[in-house]
Amino acid sequence: MSAAATMVERPPPRARGWPRRRIAGYALVCLWILFGIGIVSYLFLAWNPDFFAKYAPAYLRGLGVTLALVSISMVLGAILSVPVAYGRMSKNRILSGLAYCYVYFFRGTPLLVQTYLVYYGLGSFRVELQSVGLWDFFKDAFNCGVFAFALNTAAYQAEILRGAIESVPRGQWEGAASLGLHKLQTLRKVILPQALIVALRPYGNELILMVKASAIVAIITVYDLMGNAKLAFANSFDIQAYIWVALVYLVMVEILRHGVEWIERRITVHLKR
Amino acid sequence: MPAQSIWTLLSWGPEGWLDDIAYGALITIALALATLPIGLTIGFFIALAKQSEEPSLRLAANIYTTVFRGLPELVTLFLFFFGMPILLQHLVRYFRPDTTVDVNSFVAGMIVLALIFSSYASEVFLSAFRAIPKGQYEGGYAIGLSNWLTMRKVIVPQLLRIAFPGLENCWLSLLKDTSLVSVVGLAETLRNASIAARVTKHAFLFFGVASLVFLALAVLSSFATNAILRSLGRREAQR
Amino acid sequence: MRISLRIALAASAALLTLGVAQAQEKTLRIGTEGAYPPFNNLTADGQLVGFDIDIAKALCDEMKVKCTFVAQDWDGIIPALQAGKFDAIVASMSITPERKEKVDFSNKYYNTPSALAVPKDSTLKGVTKEDLAGKTIGVATTTTHFNYASKTYTDSTVKGYPSSPEEQADLANGRLDAIEDDIVVLQQFLDSPDGACCKILGQPSPQPVEIFGPGAGIAVRKGETDLVNKLNSAIDAIRANGKYKEINDKYFKFDVYGAES
Repeated sequence: MSAAATMVERPPPRARGWPRRRIAGYALVCLWILFGIGIVSYLFLAWNPDFFAKYAPAYLRGLGVTLALVSISMVLGAILSVPVAYGRMSKNRILSGLAYCYVYFFRGTPLLVQTYLVYYGLGSFRVELQSVGLWDFFKDAFNCGVFAFALNTAAYQAEILRGAIESVPRGQWEGAASLGLHKLQTLRKVILPQALIVALRPYGNELILMVKASAIVAIITVYDLMGNAKLAFANSFDIQAYIWVALVYLVMVEILRHGVEWIERRITVHLKR
Repeated sequence: MPAQSIWTLLSWGPEGWLDDIAYGALITIALALATLPIGLTIGFFIALAKQSEEPSLRLAANIYTTVFRGLPELVTLFLFFFGMPILLQHLVRYFRPDTTVDVNSFVAGMIVLALIFSSYASEVFLSAFRAIPKGQYEGGYAIGLSNWLTMRKVIVPQLLRIAFPGLENCWLSLLKDTSLVSVVGLAETLRNASIAARVTKHAFLFFGVASLVFLALAVLSSFATNAILRSLGRREAQR
Repeated sequence: MRISLRIALAASAALLTLGVAQAQEKTLRIGTEGAYPPFNNLTADGQLVGFDIDIAKALCDEMKVKCTFVAQDWDGIIPALQAGKFDAIVASMSITPERKEKVDFSNKYYNTPSALAVPKDSTLKGVTKEDLAGKTIGVATTTTHFNYASKTYTDSTVKGYPSSPEEQADLANGRLDAIEDDIVVLQQFLDSPDGACCKILGQPSPQPVEIFGPGAGIAVRKGETDLVNKLNSAIDAIRANGKYKEINDKYFKFDVYGAES
C-alpha cells in the first residue's frame, strides 16, 4: 500500500556503473584538476620573492586604477545613457535617428578601435582642442580611457534602459495617469522601480564586461592592472606575470557576478511565490 | 618628404595604405569565419554537458564557462600566445628534442576567440535547450529514433531557430574581438591601420577608417542574418 | 554522444597539429620590429626596410643562407623568439645582462648613445634627475632607455609606449615633456616634418654599460652557439669587406659601429 506509493514517487535510480558520459565527465573534471594543480605547482615552483616584492605593490596600484576607471566611466556612462535612451524612444525622427546612429556606432565597432581613436586620433588635433580648452583633459591617457569607455558604455546602457522601460506594460502608465500622476512622477514612482528589476542583470553583465574590457587601456600607456602585468612580463619574460593577473581578474569578476545575483535575489523576494 | 595628401594615403597601391587595410579586413573576416564553426561546436557540447544529469559533466562545463567568461579577452590571448608555445615546447621536446613549436598568431587568435565565443554561445544554447519542451524528446523516442537521431532531427533544428538571435549577438562580439588579436601581431584591420598611423602620423584618419571597416562588417552581417532569419521563417511557414 | 566526443577529440587534435611545425634548416627566420626608423621600419607596401634589415641581408649572404623576415611588436619579441616564431632577432636590441639570461647574443653590430628630446620651447636645461623632476618622460617599454629612465628619473613620471613612433607623436602634441631614445632614432624624427616641433636636449652621462650594454647585437635562442659563431664571423667579414661601410653610409653620415671592441 504505502510501500507501493513510495516506490512510485522515488526518483529514477541513478545510473550505476560507468556510463560513457560519466567517464567523459570524470575525465574532464580530472583534466581541470590537473590543470589547476599544474598552475598552482607552477606558481609554487616559480615562486620568486623578488618578483613578488617588486611587482605586488605595482599590481595593487594597478588594481586601484582599474577600479577607478571602471567606476568613473560606468557612472558617467549611466548619466549619458539617459538622454540617449530618451532619444531612442522619442517619436521625433531626427532625435531617434541620431540616438540610433550613436548606439550603432559604439556597439558596432571594437572598444579597442574607439580607444585608439580617442587617444592617438585626438592627439593629432592638439591645436584645435587647445583653442577650445579641451586639450588639458585629453592630454592625460587616463582621461582618454574614461572618455572612450564612458561613451561606449553609454550606448550599451541606453539600450538596457530602453529595453527595461519598454518591458513595463502600458497599463502601468495608464493606471498611473488615471490616478492623476503626471509623466515624470509616473516614471519615477511606478515605471523605474519595475524597470530596474528587469535591468539589474544586464547592468551587472555590463559592469563585468567593463571590468574585463578595462584591460585595453594598458595599450594606451595607462598603468592599470593589465598595464602593470604587461610591464612585469616585459621586464621578466616570466609568464607568471599574466597568470597572477588572470587570477585577480577572475576573482574580481566572480565577486561581481555573485554580488549581482545576491542583490537580484534580495530585490525580487516579493515576486517569489 | 613632402606631406602627402589624404587621398594618396588612402589610395590603392604602393604609395597608399588602402590595400593594406583591405587585406587586413580580409584577415578579420577569415579569422571570424574560421572561429565560428569551432566556437559553435564547442559551445553546443558545453551546453549539452551543462544540462546533462551527470554532475561531473556539469561541473566540468561550468568551470569552463566561469574561466573563459571571467578572464579579460586580452589576458586569455596573452596567456595563450606567450604561454602555450612554452608549454608545447616542453611537451614536444620529450619526444623530439630539436623541434620548435610555432603557434602563429592566427591559430592562437582562433583558439582564444573560439574559447571565448563558445563559453558565451553555450549560455545561449543552454537557454534554448530549456525552451524546448520535454515532449519533443519523448516524441522522438516514441517513434523509435535513437538518442543521436532525436537530437539531430528533432531538437537541433528547433534549437537553432530559438538560439539564433542570441548567437547573432555572439557573432557580433566575435567580429569585434578579432581586433584584439592585432595586439599579438596578426596583420588584421586594426593592426594594419595602426602601422599606417605610426608611419604616416595620421592617427585619426586611419583609426577612423578602421572603425568604418568594422561598422561595414556589422552592417553586412546584419543583412546576412536578416536573410537567414527570413529563410528560417519561410520554412516555418511552409509547415 | 559517442560520435560527438570523437568529433571533438579529432577537432582538438587537428588544431594542435596545425600549430606544430618543424623549423626548417635552410632558411633563417629573422624577427624585427618595424617601428624604429631608420633602423627598421615598414613601408606602405608592407616591406621591411632600414639599417637592421640591410645588415641582416648582408649577413645572410655572407652565411649563404636564405632569410625571411617577420615583423613582431617589440614587447613580445623575445618571447616570440623563445617560442620559435623566428630564429634570430635583428632589431637594434642592446646586449644587456638581463636579456642575456633569456637569450644568447652575437657581438655588437653597432652602438649609438641614448639621448633626450624636448619641444623647442622647453625650459629644460639639462638631463639630470633634478632637471627633469616633476616632468613626464615618454620611453618605449622594455628598452634600455626605459630601464635607464625608470632607474634615473625617479622624481619624474615615466610613461611606457609600445614603440618609438607613439612616444614621438605624444612629444609633438605636448602630452610629454621629454622623450628618451637612441640618438639616431631621435635625429631621424627631428628631421621629419612632424619632428619640427622639437630638439635634442642632450645625452645622459655617464651611460652605464650595465644598463645600456656594449651595443646592439643579434639575439638567438639560448644554447645556439653554432649560430652565434656563424653570425660573429659574418659580422667580422662584412666589416672587413666594406659591405658594412656601404650600408652605414647609405643611412648615416658617421660610423655607427662605435669603438672597436
